[in-house]
Formats: sequence, structure tokens, C-alpha cells
Amino acid sequence: MSNWALIIYCGLITYLTRFSMIALIKKEMFNDRIREVLSYVPSAIFPAIIFPAIFLDNSGSILIEDNSKIMAALIATLIGIVSRSIIATIFSGLASYWFLIFVV
Amino acid sequence: MKSNLKVFLKGILDVSPLMIPVVPFGLIFGVLAIDVGFSPLETMGMSLIVFGGASQIVLLQLFSGGASSLVIISSVGAVNSRHLLYGAVVSEHLSDLRLIWKIIISYFLIDQAYAISNEYLKKNKDQNRYFHLVGAGATCWVIWQSTTFLGIILGAAIPEKLGLSFAVPLTFLALLVNDFRKFINVIVIIVSGLVATYGYNYIPFKAYAIVAGLTGLIAAMILTKMVKTNE
Repeated sequence: MSNWALIIYCGLITYLTRFSMIALIKKEMFNDRIREVLSYVPSAIFPAIIFPAIFLDNSGSILIEDNSKIMAALIATLIGIVSRSIIATIFSGLASYWFLIFVV
Repeated sequence: MKSNLKVFLKGILDVSPLMIPVVPFGLIFGVLAIDVGFSPLETMGMSLIVFGGASQIVLLQLFSGGASSLVIISSVGAVNSRHLLYGAVVSEHLSDLRLIWKIIISYFLIDQAYAISNEYLKKNKDQNRYFHLVGAGATCWVIWQSTTFLGIILGAAIPEKLGLSFAVPLTFLALLVNDFRKFINVIVIIVSGLVATYGYNYIPFKAYAIVAGLTGLIAAMILTKMVKTNE
């Protein structure tokens, strides 16, 4: 598949998830139970991007020792819990990562 | 009733604070897209056509890992399933609109616009209240397109040694800041993360993101059920 086709399909599926609910589905079709479970979607899906990017090296093997990303991600998480700020989380993580790889 | 323009401007004003984190997110996206091999035109096209930060980053991440198109598209669908919730919540305020407005508003129904306009829609019953959502969405649109463009330009100037790709997990981590304090969310996060990390090499077709996401959701179903039975 060409890059453009890939982009268009991803755009279509993104748009359709937004459109289908507004246009086709009535609110009553979602009971509280389904809504409750859907509210966990970010917690369920985002770690699938977060964890491998931190714990795996370029070849896909698990790397625990001598891995600055783990420490930096932990610091970012702590800052996130305390500050509840998206921007503070991103920048504290990047800053500690750079500190660990360039200074330490 | 306020004029359409006033409601639109109110949407812009209300969503503005939420735009601060979108700036680095957009820049990072632009830089990374070029880095994994998309052309500047394709990168810009992605932001225009998809117009969803999480979707676009997932697309890049899986593309650079060599996942097939089918897996990439279904993973993007999985990431977007949270929009089903937004739509279902917002739809009650939009049910009287003409189809053309529904088509337009759907394009702008992104996380930040949803979060801020849902509050407004709940409190105001004016017929033109949906202009708030259009204003908020259009603001996000302008910020997202311009930071993508800046990222594309800056991309070449940023040295690879900086390890900017680490900004991807950090950005997603940051999107979960409000969930770290909730017990069930933390369990779901750990379950999904472990499945993805250990399954990365073993789950076929690089479908680890989908498998981990579903496992996490099943964990959420079980845990919420358990909490209820205990009450």
C-alpha cells in the first residue's frame, strides 16, 4: 500500500469513529456499563505505545540495565502525578533523559 | 441568544489553555514523520486528513516498526475507539442539526475540543451552542497544522543524538496524567504495557498494540465489575 493510501485509510477510520456516533447512534444505545468501560480506552491502549518505546532497544530486545529511558520515564510519571500537567510531564521527562545521557 | 460569532469566539477563548501542550506534540510529530521516511507533503497531508495527534503518532510508531498497513489501520481504529464515547456524549446536543453540520463538526471532534465544549454544551441551551465546538475545534486545527509545518522545517535541523523519539512515549504518558491516581487505571496501564512489551516480538503482524489494548480493556471490565460487587 502506498503511503498516501495508508494516510487516507487512517484518516477515514479516524473520521468515521467521530462521525458515526454523532450522526448514526443515539445516546440511549450506550448504557452506563459500556460508557464506563470505554472511559478506560486511553489507559488500555496508550501503554502499548509507551512501554515498548521505553523498555525495548532498537532490535526489539528488552533492555533494563543501563537504560536511561526507564529512569527518565519514572521521573516524568512522578512529576505527572504531582503536577497533573501534560506539559510538565513531557518536559521533565525530556530534560531528565538529556541530563542522563549527556551529563551523567 | 448570543450571536454565532460570539459563541464561536467563546469556543476559541475556552480551548486556548489546552493548546499549550499541543504545540510540542505537533512539533514532535512533524520532526518524527520526516525521520521515519515520510515526505514533507505526506506529513502535512497526514495532519490535514487524519487530524488526530494520537492516531498520527501511532501510525508513525507502527510504520517505523515495519507493521503491515492492515495492522496500522486497525491500531489507529483501536486508538480512536475513545471517540465513540465523545460522540455518544456530545450527540444529544447535536441531534437537531442538519446533516451538513454533523459532517463538519465530526472533523473537529478531537480530545481538547470535546473536553472543553462538552462543559459549555451542558450549561447552554441556545440553538447555536454548537458554534462553541466549531470554534474550539478550528483553534486546535490551526495550531496542529502550523506546528506540524514547523516540525517539518525544523526536522532537518534537529540532531538525531537528541533522541527526540523518546518524546513519543512521554507524550502518551502525559495524556494519562489524570489516570495515575486511580487504582483500576494503574492496573490497566501495567497489564497493557506488559503485554505489549513481552508480546512485541511474539505477537504476529506487529499487532501487539491491539492485543495489549484489548487485554487492558478486558482487565478494566473485570476490575470495574469486581469493585461493583464489593460495594
